Amino acid sequence: MIITPVLILSAFLFVIGAFGVLVRRNAIIMFLCIELMLNAVNLTFVALSRVVGIEGQIFVFFVMTVAAAEAAVGLAIIISIFRHYETVNVDNFNLLKW
Amino acid sequence: MIDILFYVFAALALGGAMGVVAGRNPVASLLSMVVCLASVACIYVLLEAHFLAAVQIIVYAGAIMVLFLFVIMLLNLGHDYQPDLKAGLWSLLAFGLSGAMFGFLGRQFWGSSAMIATAGAAVDAQVEQYGAIGAIARPLYTTYVVPFEITGILLLVAIVGALVLAKRNV
Repeated sequence: MIITPVLILSAFLFVIGAFGVLVRRNAIIMFLCIELMLNAVNLTFVALSRVVGIEGQIFVFFVMTVAAAEAAVGLAIIISIFRHYETVNVDNFNLLKW
Repeated sequence: MIDILFYVFAALALGGAMGVVAGRNPVASLLSMVVCLASVACIYVLLEAHFLAAVQIIVYAGAIMVLFLFVIMLLNLGHDYQPDLKAGLWSLLAFGLSGAMFGFLGRQFWGSSAMIATAGAAVDAQVEQYGAIGAIARPLYTTYVVPFEITGILLLVAIVGALVLAKRNV
């Protein structure tokens, strides 16, 4: 199987995720978009492991673990922010803005 | 045949990804995300990464997405229909930035087609010799055993951190 279309697909997925992070203001959806970007990078790793060797798949394994840890901690942060502000819209979290 | 399947799953993945960004309701976004993750898992199968396809379904589409769903339902965001898009100039800027990023990535990937002629030979030989899981497990427990152990510590830290952050009275 030719991997160039897979790489183009992963570029599309990454860009859609980045666009979502830039445009949406709902913290949970921004977080989902970050997962989408991680997923696109994983797809690139798997596709290129066809060329470079099995190491690409091992890196995907590590990226998935980091993504799981990140999701757990990030959602805990979102919960504790929600307790203070009663919203998950990031425009309302402007304590550090001047 | 494989190419047709790839394009079907690629279209599903792109549709799911756009659904994530476009969905008004967080639960709808999350379900689109599950579609996207499942199609990417199918593409992993097409790329002969069977173990990762299984892990993608179990860990990503299963565990992580259920965690998101729990949080959405815990915070009662399921019927939160207020528009939360950044308006006007900012979204135009974001569109331009994403377009530029895609141009750059696409140019890089399109130019890489020269090295793809021999795709898969080395990996296929390893899979043939050790099996689909053994081919990954062997380097994971020999060359990459230290990062693997550190990953375990990372997960422990994440568990403790998540508990401390989400507890009511810290």
